[in-house]
Amino acid sequence: MSGGVRYPIVPPGAGDFRGEAGGAPAAHWKATAAGERLVPTHCSFCGVQCGMYLRVAEGRVIGVEPRNHDINKLRLCPKGVVAYQQVHHPDRLLTPLARARREAPLRPASWDQALDRIAGEIQRIQSGAGRDAFGVLGGASMTTEKTYLMGKFARVALRTRHIDYNGRLCMVSAAAANKQAFGIDRAGNPWADLLETDVVIVAGSNVAECFPVVMQYFWGARDRGAKLVVVDPRETPMARTADEHVPVRPGTDAAFYNGLLHVLVRDGLTDQRFIDEHTVGWAAARDTAAAYPPERVGEICGLDPRQIERVAHLWGRAGRCWAAHGRGLEQHVQGVDNVLAVINVTLATGQIGRPGAGYGTLTGQGNGQGGREHGQKSDMLPGGRDLSNPEHRAHIARVWGIDEADLPPKGTSMHEMVEQMARGEIRGLLGMCNNPLVSLPNQPVVRRGYDALEFHAQSDFFLSETAARADVVLPTTVWAEDEGLVTNGEGRVIKHNKAVEPPGEARTDWWILCELARRLGAGDKFAFTRPVEILDELRVASRGGVADYYGITYEKVERTGGVFWPCPDLDHPGTPRPFEGGRFHHPDGRARFHAVEWRPPAEPPDEEFPIRLTTGRTVAHFLSGNQTRRLPGLVEQTPRPWVEVHPSLGFADGDPVRVVTRRGRVTYPALVTETIRADTVFVPYHWAGPVAANVLTVDALDPVSRMPEFKVCACRVERGEAVDPVPEPPVPPGRRPDEAETAPLGERRPPSMPQGRGTAEG
Amino acid sequence: MMGTTLFIDPGRCIGCQACVAACRECDSHRGRSMIHLDYVEAGRSTAALPTVCMHCEDPVAPCAQVCPADAILVTADGVVQEAAKERCIGCGNCVVACPFGVPKLDVVEMLQYKCNLCYDRTSVGLAPMCATVCPTGALFYGSPEELEADRPGAHAADVFTFGDAAVRTGAAVVVPDGHAGPVPGGW
Repeated sequence: MSGGVRYPIVPPGAGDFRGEAGGAPAAHWKATAAGERLVPTHCSFCGVQCGMYLRVAEGRVIGVEPRNHDINKLRLCPKGVVAYQQVHHPDRLLTPLARARREAPLRPASWDQALDRIAGEIQRIQSGAGRDAFGVLGGASMTTEKTYLMGKFARVALRTRHIDYNGRLCMVSAAAANKQAFGIDRAGNPWADLLETDVVIVAGSNVAECFPVVMQYFWGARDRGAKLVVVDPRETPMARTADEHVPVRPGTDAAFYNGLLHVLVRDGLTDQRFIDEHTVGWAAARDTAAAYPPERVGEICGLDPRQIERVAHLWGRAGRCWAAHGRGLEQHVQGVDNVLAVINVTLATGQIGRPGAGYGTLTGQGNGQGGREHGQKSDMLPGGRDLSNPEHRAHIARVWGIDEADLPPKGTSMHEMVEQMARGEIRGLLGMCNNPLVSLPNQPVVRRGYDALEFHAQSDFFLSETAARADVVLPTTVWAEDEGLVTNGEGRVIKHNKAVEPPGEARTDWWILCELARRLGAGDKFAFTRPVEILDELRVASRGGVADYYGITYEKVERTGGVFWPCPDLDHPGTPRPFEGGRFHHPDGRARFHAVEWRPPAEPPDEEFPIRLTTGRTVAHFLSGNQTRRLPGLVEQTPRPWVEVHPSLGFADGDPVRVVTRRGRVTYPALVTETIRADTVFVPYHWAGPVAANVLTVDALDPVSRMPEFKVCACRVERGEAVDPVPEPPVPPGRRPDEAETAPLGERRPPSMPQGRGTAEG
Repeated sequence: MMGTTLFIDPGRCIGCQACVAACRECDSHRGRSMIHLDYVEAGRSTAALPTVCMHCEDPVAPCAQVCPADAILVTADGVVQEAAKERCIGCGNCVVACPFGVPKLDVVEMLQYKCNLCYDRTSVGLAPMCATVCPTGALFYGSPEELEADRPGAHAADVFTFGDAAVRTGAAVVVPDGHAGPVPGGW
C-alpha cells in the first residue's frame, strides 16, 4: 500500500487486490484499438477444443472474445480465457539456441547453424550406430498435419523405428481398449447427446477441473432428470452433488465394474437381445464377473457393498445410460482392462450408439484424438493403420512413394525409449511438443536417459525444462501463428486459424521437419509450403483406413463448424455416432466383450509405504505446466503444488508434509480435506524439478498400451521440515526476469482448495 | 428482479474461476477481478460461490445512498454502476454499506471498484463476461423464462433478509427445490 493514503481504519474489502502475481499478463495489457478484428479459432489447451475468437489489432493478439461454437456455446475455462497471453509473452523463444557441449550455456544461433548441426548429428549417429539409434518424440498438442508429418519424417527421412509421442501418457489405454472392443478408436457420441440420458457414470475423470466446459452437458442432463454417478477416490467438484459418489480405492477400478456387471447379471438387468445380435464373447465376461459379488468388490475397492448394488440398479433400470471415463481409469498397469470392464457394462445393457445412450473417453490433450491417428505412435501409420499389417504398409508406402521394405518396423513406447536412451541404444533424439522432464514417471530414470544422449534437439515456444537441457533448441509457433486441423474428444475435426505472424525467428514445426528432411536428402518427399498441402496428402494416406479423413477439407470444416470422422468422401456428412444401430467396426460388425480379472496395482501398499499416492490435474494448469506456469492469472489462482491429505492423518493446513516413495521424496504444504479417502493422498503433476509429482510416481507400464501407472503407487507421508521451493520456469538467455510487481513463486502461499485460492484471500 | 438479469446458481459452481479470469479482462479494470470467489467450506467440501453485484432495488443501492460524493449512479435499467472515477473520494462508505460485501476499495488509487454488470456489454444486448464464459451456468444471464428453458423447474429468489431488514435485488439466486420466501442471512 505504499504511496497511498494511510487509513486509520481499513474496511474489509480494501486493499490493492492485485494479488501476488500482479494480475497483468507478462506481456502487459494492450488497450482496445480501433480496427480490431476477430479471428475465429479454438483453444490451445485441452481435448474439448472450445471455440474462441482472438482479438487482433496491429499484428498483435490483444485479447479473447467468446465464440458461439457448437462445442462450447461461448463458454471458456480460466485457461481458455488467458490462452491468448501466450502469444506475445516475453518468455517466447525468438531464435534457435545451441550449445557446444552439455555443460556450456545455450547461445543464440542461426537457423542454418541449428538445422545443419541437427542434420549432421543425425547422420553421424545413424551411420555409426544404425538408423534406430536416432529417435523422435512428438506430442498431441500439435495440429493433425504436424503429427502426420512427424510420423512420415521418422519413417521416410530418418527411417528409424523409434518414434513415439506424449499421448502415450494420456490416451493410449482408452485407444487400445476401444480398438479391441469396437474395432475403432473413437468416442461413441457427441456430448450434446448427454442431454437425453437418464444415468451417467463418470469413471475416473475430474471433469470439473480437466474439462470444465463439458460440465454444461452433464449439468444439462441433470436439469432434465438424469442421475449422476462419479467414481473417484476424491470428492471432486463434480462429485460433490452427485447422486452417488463412489470413492473407489485407487487401483481397484476393474473390480468395481466387474461388480456392477455381476449385479446386472444376477438381477436380470442385462439386454440379452443386444448381446445376441451385436456382440461376441459374452459368456466369458459374464462368467468372470460371477466371481465379483458386491461383498468381495466392497472389500477390494474399499466401498460399502450396498453402494455397488445401488449403482448397478440405477444403471440397469434406466432407459438410457452414458459411461464417460478419463485418466483415473486409464493410467494404470491394467488401464486397458479397466476400460474394457466399463465397456462390458455398456455392452451388456446395450447402452451405446443412441442419443442418450453413449460412451466415450474424455481425451486429455488438445489434439489427443487426431494426434494419435495418423502415425506418430510407434506402431501406427496414417488413417489409424497398423505398421505391422502388410496391406497397410503397402498402401502408405505407395502414398509416400517408397519401397514397402524401407518402412521401418514398429518401435517402442515413450518411456521404453527413455530407458533405451539410458542404455545407449538410442543416442540421439529430436523432441517436439513434449516435456518429459516433467511429464514422465520416475524422474530419476528419465533424467538418466536424457543425460546419456550424445545429442538432443528440442523444439518449443517456451524454454521447457526438457528444452533447457537440450543441445539445440528450435523456437516454434504457438497455436495462433499457424493453421491446421485438430480433432476433439468427440471425434469432431475442427480448425485452428492463424491470427498473427510468429515473433522473431520462430517457425512452425512442419517447416522445421521439411528443412531437416531436405538436409537429409529426402526433400522431395517433404516439399510442403502450406499446411493444406500436408492435409491433402494426409487425406489420401488415410483414405480407406479406420480413421478416414479423405472427405475432410478446411472449407468443409469452416462451413460446418466441425466434421466427425470417419468421413470417407467429399459428400459424406461425417459420423457423429459411429455405433448407431449397434454396428461396430470389427469385420463381423459386432463388438467384443473381454473377460477382465482385477489385478492389484504394480506397487500395492505395505508396512513401509502404507498410503496410496495418486496424481492428477488442477483447473488452473495444463499438462507439464510449461504454458500455464507463465500466465500470471493462473499462477495467482494456483501458484504451487500441494499434497492433499485426509484430516485423520493428523496434519494441519500448510504443514510441511514429506511424501516418500521408493523413488524419491518431496515436501509439500498439506491441504487437509475430508474430500479424499483416508488411505489415499493426491499431488497435482504440473510442476517441475524438486516438486514434480513424477519424482515420486512409479514407471510400471500397462502390458498392452504401455501407459505408465500415474494413478497409484505406494507412499508414506511424514512431517517435514520445510516445503520444497518451486523453481521459476526456465527462460531463454538474455531474457530479464519480469519486473512486474510479482512476488517470487517461493514466497507465495499455497492454495487452500484443490481448485486454487479464492479471490477473497487477498 | 430485473427482466433480463444475472442468476447465480451455487449448486452448479465448480470453483474453476473462469469468471474471475474473464472479469480481469475488462478494459476498465484490467488485471483485477470484481468477483469474489469464495470456497465456502474449505476442508470439508469443494463447494464454491461467486459473488457479484446484486444491483439492489429495494432499498435501492445502499452503496449509492451512503456515497457522500454522489459517485455511484443507478441507470434507468436498474444497474448500479461503479463509482465514477472523477467523483469517487475513496472513503469506503460503500464498502461498509453493501449488504453483500461487493465493492472493493483500491487504497493506492483511492478509488472504488465494483461489478457494473459489464455495462459495456449488457447495454448492447450481450451477456456479462462472467456469465458468458461460465462453464457450468452457475452464472447465467437471461430472463426468468430463458432460465426455465435452460434448466426446467429452476426457482430463483431475489429477496434476502439480514436480521429484520430485507433487500430485494436486481440479480437473483437459484434456490433449492422446495425453498420459498426470502433467502435468510444474506447467503
